[in-house]
Amino acid sequence: MSAKKEGFFKSEFFHNFVRSPGALAGLFIVTFFLVLVTAGPLFTPQNPYDIGSLDLMDAFKPPVWMEGGDPAFVLGTDDQGRDLLSAMVYGSRISLFIGLSVVVLSCVLGTFLGLVAGYFGGRLDSLLMRVVDIQLSFPAMLVALFIMAAFGRGLGKLVTALTIVGWVLYARTVRGSVLVEKKKEYVDAARLIGLSPFPIILRHVLPNILTPLIVIATIHVGTVILTEATLSYLGVGVPVTRPSLGLLVKNGYDVLFSGLWWSSVFPGMFIMLLVFGINLLGDFLRDEFNPRLK
Amino acid sequence: MLKYLLKRLVQMIVVLFTVSVIVFLVMSFTGDPVLMIVPPTATDAQIAEARTALGLDRPLWVQYGVFLQNLIRGDLGVSYIFKRPALTLIVERMPATLELVFFSVLLSLAVALPCGVYAGARPNSPFSRAVMGGSLLGISLPSFWVGILLIFYFAVEKGLLPSSGRGATAPLFGIPFAFLTWDGFRHIVLPAVTLALGTLAMLIRLIRAQIMEVMRQDFIRFARAKGVSWRSLFFSHALKNALVPVVTVFGMQIGSLIAFATVTETIFAWPGMGKLLVDSINTADRPVIVAYLMIVAAMFVLINFIVDIVYTLIDPRIDLR
Amino acid sequence: MSEYLLEVRNLQTRFELFRGTVKAVDGVDFTLREGEILGLVGESGGGKSVTGFSLLGLIDPPGRIAAGEVIFRGENLLEKSEEEMRRIRGKEISMIFQDPMTSLNPLHSIGRQIGEMLALHTPLSPADRRKRSIELLREVGIPNPEDRLENYPHQFSGGMRQRVVIAIALAANPKLIIADEPTTALDVTVQAQILALMENLVKRFGSALILITHDLAVVSEMTHRVAVMYCGRVVEEGPTRELVRHPFHPYTKGLLESIPRLSGERSRRLPQIPGMVPSLFDLPPGCSFAPRCGYATDLCRKEAPSMRSVAPGRTVSCHNPVQGGEEAEGHGR
Repeated sequence: MSAKKEGFFKSEFFHNFVRSPGALAGLFIVTFFLVLVTAGPLFTPQNPYDIGSLDLMDAFKPPVWMEGGDPAFVLGTDDQGRDLLSAMVYGSRISLFIGLSVVVLSCVLGTFLGLVAGYFGGRLDSLLMRVVDIQLSFPAMLVALFIMAAFGRGLGKLVTALTIVGWVLYARTVRGSVLVEKKKEYVDAARLIGLSPFPIILRHVLPNILTPLIVIATIHVGTVILTEATLSYLGVGVPVTRPSLGLLVKNGYDVLFSGLWWSSVFPGMFIMLLVFGINLLGDFLRDEFNPRLK
Repeated sequence: MLKYLLKRLVQMIVVLFTVSVIVFLVMSFTGDPVLMIVPPTATDAQIAEARTALGLDRPLWVQYGVFLQNLIRGDLGVSYIFKRPALTLIVERMPATLELVFFSVLLSLAVALPCGVYAGARPNSPFSRAVMGGSLLGISLPSFWVGILLIFYFAVEKGLLPSSGRGATAPLFGIPFAFLTWDGFRHIVLPAVTLALGTLAMLIRLIRAQIMEVMRQDFIRFARAKGVSWRSLFFSHALKNALVPVVTVFGMQIGSLIAFATVTETIFAWPGMGKLLVDSINTADRPVIVAYLMIVAAMFVLINFIVDIVYTLIDPRIDLR
Repeated sequence: MSEYLLEVRNLQTRFELFRGTVKAVDGVDFTLREGEILGLVGESGGGKSVTGFSLLGLIDPPGRIAAGEVIFRGENLLEKSEEEMRRIRGKEISMIFQDPMTSLNPLHSIGRQIGEMLALHTPLSPADRRKRSIELLREVGIPNPEDRLENYPHQFSGGMRQRVVIAIALAANPKLIIADEPTTALDVTVQAQILALMENLVKRFGSALILITHDLAVVSEMTHRVAVMYCGRVVEEGPTRELVRHPFHPYTKGLLESIPRLSGERSRRLPQIPGMVPSLFDLPPGCSFAPRCGYATDLCRKEAPSMRSVAPGRTVSCHNPVQGGEEAEGHGR
């Protein structure tokens, strides 16, 4: 165990990581958000969903550094007296939850379908790839918007919709790897002696595709969070009772012209920071795993 | 050539047919349009009557047959809200969306081409690093939030530019366009910048990656071994090879701009078809949603087709079969 | 001016990587007279290609030429600026790459690619360049050269493309051509044609040729002299005939014996050199070949041998050269 660890700390990957300001910043931002969403609710002054804890007397408070700010509400409050920082902590939780669950589901589904399509080939393969092609020729945001428009808002529906648009990336990558692997001699050898080559292919394909999958998945988390925020902003994403960061921006925009700029600016900044952090990590990983781009 | 065109045409029709089936199926499983049309005080008998009048009591496949028949005739139904043909509503708003998309395309190309090319040519210069950092931030930005910031700063705080609507328009070939008037042009600036930002950032990264990839190719090394100067190596050998694949992605980006115009138009109350879609989703105006999707699908299919043709024109390796 | 067209002295090219420094070329010496054909031979990973690229100054970071001299027509190329080198590349020294499928620009017609070389290094007018291009294509055996000038690389087969590459390399009448495995990527049937064409053309154009290859059989047929490389060093050098007949270095002997031959006893198993080329990150102390060498002694494993003369015109870097230049078993094909 310790020897393996030492190997990691001596590896080129680690060496480059600690020398890449972008990667370190990305790690810092992502860690910050992970800590925030797990431990944050313990420290926030309010539970923003608990209507009973809201007091209209606290409404329209600006951030603490501005005139009329209240130290209890560091980033100010909205028109209903909801503490913005608390809402953002809970909102980040929802955004990250959606991002991670969509990526896990898409990755599992896409990898499975890609393996099946690549291995069995034939009609199933051409049908699946046809679906992938058609879907990729339409912007993911629009497809998700359509699905949400049809089925209405909701957390589960949103995760489903974003998974439906997300799996194709994984399926295509995995299928390509399987096709490459299938042409190799050991597959013929396995067939000749009457073995099913599938388990062997799997053993060769999975390690090969692991690195591209990690890169795709990392960047995908950021994309999902952005798409979710956009859909929620348009009013077809998360339900009003579970506001994600995107919905907070929308709610803030509705009161922007009455001077409450902070209630849309800060949640948006959170989205940007979170996605930027994820993309910094993704960018580093891609360069590391695809040295041709360095 | 003709054979290729025919083959593509058939493909396009198949895609559109598939889209029509999916759109029809998904829409018919959701909500009850009858309840949208009848007044809230309607009795059960009146509701049933309206259902029969709309043909919604018939089997699904018959309904689809009727839908398809109407679709081919260009009849996409009548909006529940506007009481006007959905197709007309969308066609009316199309110029507004197209001019917005056009200016965003122009803007993103004008910025992304020089920046991406430079960043690919001199990947280690401070400027290139700044461009790459900026573009990574650019693809991390929620565009609606950028729109809000722009409105807040330029419209609310400084009062420099208008924040909503399309302003005055002037006709070109009988179609009203905003950019032809000074007032309309002022209105288009903020939405176009908002819409362009994501595409611009993505294009910069793509162009840079392409150029760096091409610069490592064997034929570049061979050209160096011929004594070709760096300048000629880059502009005569690398650039075209790098930009050919960008054309494909660029076509997809136009599609994506049309899709994201829904968001931008909503923020800036830009009276385009994207805003119409979002409004129709909020009012469950089914015919308009369906009409929008079919038209946009047709546009995408057409864009892809044009991209393929352009591709074959600039890349001698591709033969039209 | 010296008697040599090219003198390479103690050339060292290194790649600085995270895992350590790779001495891809580690003190290579050889010479070349005008019009001479030199074979640079060895297994892959032996530093042959890097040597070729080093001569033209085409080493990119993380690689760099750390030391040595490349004296070409009395001038050290390693002291030249990039701009001066640019005028030498193509005009004085040109190069033929391994894979003709990737060495031509896919978006330029071949007429343009030959014309570019002529425009860079000759005073010809565009019309004359066109004429000369057609002549060159005819020289390399492309049928209907007038019609094919406007064609793109993808419209040619691999062998035909390599002919185009050769035409480009010859276009400015260079004094020296470096051919890096010019036939490895081609079909076996085409290989012999291309080699014969090259041999014929360098003779007619009066160019010297450095033929980089892993195939000693090819070398023994068309080169005047051979330098055998192993792990970044030249281990043996000499006139081709003598070297093939009487190799001094066990590595050369091993290479020769692993060439299949058509005549002689049939059932003989083809001998191999045991083991593999060691990792360049982790070279053994002493002679790099010692771990694979049947003649290795304790001295070989401790101390690297240096180049010494063993017969007129023959040098070898070995503590225990094969006695008196033993006859190699597989040589005469």
